[in-house]
Amino acid sequence: MGGMADQIAIDLTHHFASGVDVHASLDRAVPPGSILVLFGPSGAGKTTVLRALAGLLRPDCGRIAFGHATWFDSTAHQFVPPQDRRVGYITQDTLLFPHLTVKANIEYGMGRSRDGGRLRTAELMDLVQLRGLEERRPRHLSGGQAQRVALARALAPAPPLVLFDEPFAALDAATRRSLRADVRRLLRDVGTSAILVTHDRLEAMAMGDDLAVMVDGRIRQAGPMADVFRRPADSAVARSLGVETILPALVEANDGGLVTLRLRHAVLTALAPLIDTPCAMGDHVFACIRAEDVTVELVERAEGHATAAGSARNHLAGTVVAIEPEGAVDRVTIDCGFELVAAITRQSREVLALAPGAPVMAAIKATAIHLVPKV
Amino acid sequence: MDWTALWLSVRLSATTMAVLVVVGVPIAYWLAFSTWRAKFLVEAVVALPIVLPPTVLGFYILMAIGPASPVGRAYASVFGRGLPFSFQGLLVASVLYSLPFAVQPFSAAFAAVDHRLIETSWCLGVSRAATFVRVVLPLSVRGLVTGMVLSFAHTLGEFGVVLMVGGNVPGVTRTVSISIYDSVQALDYQAAWHTSWLLLAISFAILTVTYALQRTVWAAWPIK
Repeated sequence: MGGMADQIAIDLTHHFASGVDVHASLDRAVPPGSILVLFGPSGAGKTTVLRALAGLLRPDCGRIAFGHATWFDSTAHQFVPPQDRRVGYITQDTLLFPHLTVKANIEYGMGRSRDGGRLRTAELMDLVQLRGLEERRPRHLSGGQAQRVALARALAPAPPLVLFDEPFAALDAATRRSLRADVRRLLRDVGTSAILVTHDRLEAMAMGDDLAVMVDGRIRQAGPMADVFRRPADSAVARSLGVETILPALVEANDGGLVTLRLRHAVLTALAPLIDTPCAMGDHVFACIRAEDVTVELVERAEGHATAAGSARNHLAGTVVAIEPEGAVDRVTIDCGFELVAAITRQSREVLALAPGAPVMAAIKATAIHLVPKV
Repeated sequence: MDWTALWLSVRLSATTMAVLVVVGVPIAYWLAFSTWRAKFLVEAVVALPIVLPPTVLGFYILMAIGPASPVGRAYASVFGRGLPFSFQGLLVASVLYSLPFAVQPFSAAFAAVDHRLIETSWCLGVSRAATFVRVVLPLSVRGLVTGMVLSFAHTLGEFGVVLMVGGNVPGVTRTVSISIYDSVQALDYQAAWHTSWLLLAISFAILTVTYALQRTVWAAWPIK
C-alpha cells in the first residue's frame, strides 16, 4: 500500500452502428489497492468504457489518460495499443487459453525473465490458492478456480490497473462471496488499483471504495461510495441505486444475531445478515433502509412513550426537510443526523399534517435494516 | 506400374503443400481478420480454381509463365530456362490450382478462434504477430491439418492443369494421373488398373487418417 494515487481521466464519445451513444467523462484518483466501481444497468455503456481503457476499442473522439501517460487523444491522433497499456482485463468468461496449462496461462504475459518469472508464478499460485494445479488444463477447472487463474494471469505482468467486467456473474453465490474477498485482499497486497464493472448493487457496496454511476451512456456521478449512495446527484442515479437510504456504520456488538450499529449521529439495532457473511464487532458495514420500511410518528404523541409505542426497535428524532409527491405516495425526507427517506401515503401525510420543518419521530424495525458488510 | 510417375506426383504434392503453408497462412490470416469492405473480391479470386475448368486455369497459367509474358521472360533470364513443361512450372500451377483447398480451411480455422482470446493476449502485452503464433495457430491445428491434407490430395489427383502446363515429359512432368491416362490410351488396362488402385488406396488412407485424427467423440472430454 501507500505510494502516489494515479489519476484516471476519461472523456470519450463513441457512437455504435446500433444507434447507441456513449459519452462518458470521469476524472478520479485511484489509490493503489483501491477499487472504483463503475455501476449501472445493463446497456448503460460500462463495458464500452472498460474496453476503451484497455485499448480494445478506439472511441470516435475524446481523451483517455492514466497517471502521466496519455493513452488516447483524438485531437493529437494518439492511440496507445493495448500491448503498451498493459492493463489487466478480467471478464465473466475467464478466457483462459485452452491449449495451455494453468502455469503457462499465468506466465503468458510475463515475458522472458525466466528465473524471476518462476519465482513469481509460485508466489502467484499461492496468492490465488491454486498450488498443485499448475499442470491442469483450463477445461479441468471449476468456475471459481478458472477465475482465480485469470486473476493470477492478469496480475502476473504487474499491471498498473486491472479492469474487471462483471467477473463474478457466472459463479454460484458461495464461490462469488469468497472470490470477492480474495480479490479485495489481493489487490491490497499487490497495491494494484482496479475498476470493477457491475450491475449488482450489493457487489458494488461490498467491494468498492469509490463509485461511478453510469446511466444511458453517461457517467452521471462519481465519488466515495457512501457519498454517492447518501446524496445521489439526480433522480436517475437514485433510481439506479435502488435503495433510498444507505448509511456507513460500524458494528458495535453482535448479540446472537442482533447487531448494534454505531453511526455518526445515531445508534441502530439491526439483524445480522446471512450466517456465512461475517458481521463481528469492529466490522464496517452499509445499513440499507427502504423508504417503505420507515414509519413516521408525530413527536408530541411519541414523546415519553417511545419504547412502548410499538415493536419497532429503532426510533430516531428528526425534522422533515422535504416532501416530494410520487403518485399516491409522498416521499418524506427526514434529517435525523443523517437523511432518511420515508414513503407514506398522502392520507397519512394529511392526517399528520406534515410539512417541512415539522419535528417527527422515525421508526424502523430491526428486521428492515439490511446489512452489507464491506469485504 | 509407373513408379516414376507416382514418385513425381508425391514429390509435387508434398512441395505444393509446403509452399501453400507458407503462402496460404498469410492470405488466410488476412481473409480472416481484415475488415476491408472489398474483401469478398479477394475471396472470390482465391475460390476461382474450385469452379474454373482445369483446362482454362491451365491455359492462363501457361500463357502467364510462357516466354511471351514478362514473368516467363524474367524467370528464363534468371534461371536460364523456361517454366513451362518443367517441374517448377508444374509447381506454380499446382499451388494456384490447390490454393482454395488450403486457404479456405486455414481461414475458417483462424476466424473460429474466439476473438476475445486474441484481445486477452494483446492486453497481456503480447504483439499481434506473437499472438498469432502463440494463440491463433495452436488453436487452429485441425484447420491447418485439413488444409494441408486437402491440398496434398488435390494435387495428387490433378490432371487437366498438369497436362496443359507440364505437357507429358516422363520423369519430369508425367504425373500419376497422366500415366493412367496414357496406359488407357495404349490399351494397357493392366497398368491402369494397378496404378488406379494404388491412387485410390493412398487417397482413401490419407483422408481416413485425417478424419480419424480430427474426431473428438473418442476424446474423454469435449474440446472447446
